[in-house]
Amino acid sequence: MSKEKLVEIRNLKQHFKTGRHSVVKAVDGLNFDIYKGETFGLVGESGCGKSTTGRTIIRLYDATDGEVLFNGENVHGKKDREQLKKFNREMQMIFQDPYASLNPRMKVEDIIAEGMDIHGLAKDEKERKAKVQELLETVGLNKEHANRYPHEFSGGQRQRIGIARALAVDPSFIIADEPISALDVSIQAQVVNLLKKLQEENQLTYLFIAHDLSMVKYISDRIGVMYFGKMVELADADDLYKHPIHPYTQSLLSSIPLPDPDYERSRERFTYDPSNHDTSEEPEFREVRPGHWVLCTTKEFEHYKKEHGAVTTS
Amino acid sequence: MEKLLDVKNLHVSFDTYGGEVQAVRGVNFDVKKGETLAIVGESGSGKSVTTKALMQLIPMPPGRIKEGEILFEGKDLAKLSEKEMQKIRGKDISMIFQDPMTSLNPTMKVGNQIMEGLIKHQKMNKTQARKRVVELLELVGIPDPESRMKQYPHQFSGGMRQRVVVAIALACNPKLLIADEPTTALDVTIQAQILELMKDIQKKTDSGIIFITHDLGVVANVADRVAVMYAGKIVEVGTVDDIFYNPKHPYTWGLLGSMPSLDSQDAELYAIPGSPPDLLNPPKGDAFAARNEYAMQIDLEQEPPMFKVSDTHYAATWLLHENAPNVEPPEAVKARMKGMATNASSDTEGERV
Repeated sequence: MSKEKLVEIRNLKQHFKTGRHSVVKAVDGLNFDIYKGETFGLVGESGCGKSTTGRTIIRLYDATDGEVLFNGENVHGKKDREQLKKFNREMQMIFQDPYASLNPRMKVEDIIAEGMDIHGLAKDEKERKAKVQELLETVGLNKEHANRYPHEFSGGQRQRIGIARALAVDPSFIIADEPISALDVSIQAQVVNLLKKLQEENQLTYLFIAHDLSMVKYISDRIGVMYFGKMVELADADDLYKHPIHPYTQSLLSSIPLPDPDYERSRERFTYDPSNHDTSEEPEFREVRPGHWVLCTTKEFEHYKKEHGAVTTS
Repeated sequence: MEKLLDVKNLHVSFDTYGGEVQAVRGVNFDVKKGETLAIVGESGSGKSVTTKALMQLIPMPPGRIKEGEILFEGKDLAKLSEKEMQKIRGKDISMIFQDPMTSLNPTMKVGNQIMEGLIKHQKMNKTQARKRVVELLELVGIPDPESRMKQYPHQFSGGMRQRVVVAIALACNPKLLIADEPTTALDVTIQAQILELMKDIQKKTDSGIIFITHDLGVVANVADRVAVMYAGKIVEVGTVDDIFYNPKHPYTWGLLGSMPSLDSQDAELYAIPGSPPDLLNPPKGDAFAARNEYAMQIDLEQEPPMFKVSDTHYAATWLLHENAPNVEPPEAVKARMKGMATNASSDTEGERV
C-alpha cells in the first residue's frame, strides 16, 4: 500500500452551542491522516464524537476550527459551486440507517442516479439506465430492482442501494458511518464482504465508523480510538488489538464479548478510571512505538515507552 | 435440576390482511432453576414472539396462540385469564426489554416505578417499599440511591436507565427473568457491566433466565444452554460448549462463521446467502434449505425432525440422518472452532487485561 496521504485532518474542532453559555465540544482537536487505499476505522462509545467527525470531514457540518485537507486542498472554507461539486464527487457517505437514508418517494433508479444527474455523468437516458443497472449488479442486486421503491427492500438490500448511490459518482473516498449496525449478523457479513470487494476493485479509501469492535478490526488497516471528542490512541489494527496502550482502549477491548465460551469464562474485565491519569500537564498525542500514537503526558509517555516501546510487533 | 418452565409445541400466529403469519411454528424448550437459556436468531426468527407469548404480551387479536402448552411450575400459562396472568407478571416472571429509553414511564419518578410492583404484589406499604427500592438500586449499582429515586428517567444515562429496568424486573424476586436483548442498545463497556450484574444477581437469587440476543459474544458470556431459532423453529439446542465447539446445523455454522474473530485473518467472512423466508407462506420442507449450500433433495420435501447428538445436544437437520452424506462444516467455521478453543488459553488474554 502506498503511503500517500489522501485526507489530512488538522486540529479539527466541532463545537455545538446548546445554550447561551454552554458549548458541547463534540470533536476537540483531532489530528490524523488517512492514506490512499486504506481503511481507517474510528471507534468509541456513543457520544464520543465519531459520527460528528465523519460528518464534519464531508462538510455536512462546518468545522468550528481546524482544517480537512483532501489531496492537499482544504475542504472547508469559502468555495464556489464548482469547487464544491468537485469535492462532493470525490467524497461520498454511506449512512447508518438504511431505512431513513433513502427517500421513500423516489424510485431506486432515481436515488442512485441523482448524483450522476447533478454531476452530469450520464450523457443520455440510455447511458443513465445502463449505469444504474451496472451499479445494481455490482452491489449484488438485480437490474429489475431499478423500478422499485425503497420500502420493497429488506434492510440489507437497502444498505446495498445506499452503497450503490455512493459509488455512482465514482468517488475515491467513502465515509461509512456505522453501515452495518442496523443489520442482522448474517447480513452484516454480506455487506462487509461487499465493501471489501469494492475496495479492491475500485481502489477506494474508507473511513469506517463503528462501535462493533470486532467488525472494525476485521475491515480496518489502522484504527483510531476516540474518547470524549479526542483521539486517545491510533495504531495499526493488529497492533492496537494485541498491544493496547491507553487504559481506555484496554478497557474497551476487555469489554468485547467474544463468541467463545472458554474465553468468556476466564475473562477479566478492566475498568477505565479517567482520574488515574497524570494531570500535571495537558496530554499530547505522542508516538510511543513506530506508528502507534497515544494521548499522554510527558510522564506517562516515559512510562508507556518503557513498558510497551520495546515489544516487537508480532 | 427441576424444570421451572416447560414449553411444549408452541405455535403462535398473527392474522393479517395478507393471511396468517406463522411467527412461531412448534417450539419446545425448558428452563431449569438457576440456569440461563439463550435464544439466538436473526430478526424475524420468532424469538421475541416466543417470549412475549410466555408472558401473554402478544396483542390478541391479531395474534393468537394456536397450539401448545406453556407449563410454568406445572401451570399452563396459555390457559390463564388476563386477571390471573397479572398476578404472575412482574412477580413470578418478569421481563427486561430491549430499549431502556422507551420502557420506562417518562412522567413518573424512577423510585415510584420500582415501587409499583412491590406495593401491588408484595402488599408492602410505602415506607417498606421505599426501603426496598433503595436496596434494589444499590444492588444494581446506582450510586446515591436516596436522591436518585426521586429523579425522572430523562435524568439518567442509557446504561443507568437499563439498570433501573433491571431493578424493576428484580423487585419481586422473580423465579424466571426474561431478558429481550437487554444490552443491544448499550455500549460495550456498559453492556459488560449489565451482564456481570445479571450474573451476580442470578447467583444470589437462583432464578432462571431466558436471554434473547443475536450477539453470539454475549451468548458465550452468559448462557448455560443455547437454542438457535430460525423461521419460527428451534433448529439446534445444546449446552454453550455444544453450540460453539461442536455445532451441527448449517445455520449455526453460518452464524458462527459470519462473525469475525479478533485474531486477524484476512479471509472473507462466511456469509449466509439470501435472506430469511417469508412466514406468510413458510416453505415446504426445511425452511433453511434455500440458503443452505448443503441442502439435499429431502430438505425441499420434508421437514427434518430433531436428531439427537448427545444427551444435551439436539439439531434439526437431515445431515444428521444415518443415510446422509458425511458433511464437514465450512473451513472458515472449523478453523474458528479449533482456533478459538486454543486461543482462549494462550497469551492474548494476559495482555489484554
